[in-house]
Amino acid sequence: MYIIAERINGMFKDVKEAIRGRNAKVIQDLALRQQAAGAYALDVNVGPAVADAQSALLWLVETIRAVTDIPLAIDTAKWDVMKAVIPHVPGKKILNSTKADMDVATEYVGLAVEHGAALIGLTIDADGVPGNVEKRVELGAQLAAAAMDGGLALTDLFIDPIILPVNVSPKSPGHCLQAISQLRALSDPPPHLLLGLSNVSQRCSNRHLINRTYLAMCIAHGLDSAILDSLDTELVDSAITAELLNDKMIYCDSYLQAARPG
Amino acid sequence: MAIPDVVEKWAGKVNTVVIGAKADQGGTRTSTVAIGGATTLPFLTFEGSPGHRPAIAVEVWDSGASVWPEALQAAWGDVMNSPAAWAKKAAQAGADLICLRLVGAHPDLGDRSVEACVQTVKDVLAAVGLPLILWGCGAEEKDNKLLPALSAATKGENCLIAAATERNYRTVVAVCLADKHKLVAESPCDVNIAKQVNILCGDVGFPLEDVVMFPTTGALGYGMEYVYSIQERARFAALGGDKLLAQPFICDVGYEAWRAKEAKAPPFEGVTDENRPRWGVMWEAATAVDLLQAGADLLIMRHPDAIRAVRARIDALTA
Repeated sequence: MYIIAERINGMFKDVKEAIRGRNAKVIQDLALRQQAAGAYALDVNVGPAVADAQSALLWLVETIRAVTDIPLAIDTAKWDVMKAVIPHVPGKKILNSTKADMDVATEYVGLAVEHGAALIGLTIDADGVPGNVEKRVELGAQLAAAAMDGGLALTDLFIDPIILPVNVSPKSPGHCLQAISQLRALSDPPPHLLLGLSNVSQRCSNRHLINRTYLAMCIAHGLDSAILDSLDTELVDSAITAELLNDKMIYCDSYLQAARPG
Repeated sequence: MAIPDVVEKWAGKVNTVVIGAKADQGGTRTSTVAIGGATTLPFLTFEGSPGHRPAIAVEVWDSGASVWPEALQAAWGDVMNSPAAWAKKAAQAGADLICLRLVGAHPDLGDRSVEACVQTVKDVLAAVGLPLILWGCGAEEKDNKLLPALSAATKGENCLIAAATERNYRTVVAVCLADKHKLVAESPCDVNIAKQVNILCGDVGFPLEDVVMFPTTGALGYGMEYVYSIQERARFAALGGDKLLAQPFICDVGYEAWRAKEAKAPPFEGVTDENRPRWGVMWEAATAVDLLQAGADLLIMRHPDAIRAVRARIDALTA
């Protein structure tokens, strides 16, 4: 499972304060701890911390790069910010994210190809988040088409079928499972299928339990990547075990240890 | 209609392990052997690199080889009483390495002293310039005394020392690490345990790149299919990127083939005393060639004719 760790996000209080006070230690500590816990990449999101997202993102990138070469998922919804920041991210990077409208996706694909980056594409278009499976698959296929047209290998495309919180959108988890199955069959090798996992349990109790149960279900349907809290040991253990049960690795008594990178 | 492209793209690679050290590398060997390195399944050169050619180690016992079948006794003759002379003759027979098995150290098979075993190893080192595989006697308690002594006596020679098992690995791992030898990790015909032994060796600090995997061997007709599928699964995992199964394989072909009924039992179904030597050689060669297809990187063999036949097959497959 290609885990993109979610904690470097200005929505969290410690990160928000660290960004405002330019406290590198807090960010670097989070980066290394998430990596050690099993992350393959780190999401980097300024959130609502400051007005100048661009310079804050650049500071975060520079701060993290001082301690690790792990791939960074540059997380901003603003095209101008993405375009300005990406050329200044050394090493491996992922653009997080584009929507599925063809004109928008084409621009993001171009930027990704230009800088040798991977790309996360959301199955959202101008009409918003789809309320069914079919539209999710249609928009996923549209993202794949944009990637192929623009010269981005499908193995560098992560399609996110968008999970909504189960308390307000009870059908969304089931829709995503089906969309994952169908989008896996899109090509060989298939694009990566990814979810922003924590969203499934927004404003719910038992969040950890909901997250790890749903993650295991998604893996059974072909999910191979997620943005999640890699510091949640039980969650990462569940992901590894679900992959084991889905024949993604050979069992051994220390399989939990064996499956973590590094 | 276009023919679909069936070439597989693999993410992983089998580790390359070098055995032996020449003078400029701190040893006294006149040759070294590299095994592993494949980036695809065996002999599929159109798909990737097949890695290094499979190597053949000839098996030599320190003592007690009088129990070997007659065909082998006839092939080697008197040298079987002298490990150094035997090793020399094995080198002439085309061995890439010598696999010296200290069988006589076993408490039930002679209980030779550690000192006597060390002397045997030194004699063999002096007799040939080939790299050595040093195999303990299989009795854990004795091996935990024997292997440290063998390791220390061959420091700098970059030997391959056997074996670490799931239950008994700390001592042999520690001495191989200290004296910079390569290590055989052994598992009882079980891919899960093969992976686990590798993890255990890694956990106590041994570099996984210096491990050679011994998943146990079975002869044709005697468990070959289990061994074959275990090696195959492990190799698929290795090529898929599992670094805990990316170790090259060593296969104990001679020992297994020559205890098959066809090689040594009383006459039966067309196997007669007259044609028995041919059956044994065929059994050993066929077992070896089958295991090559399952990814064998290092074969331990016994009969010179079988070695010649397998060498010719390797030449044909890699030409």
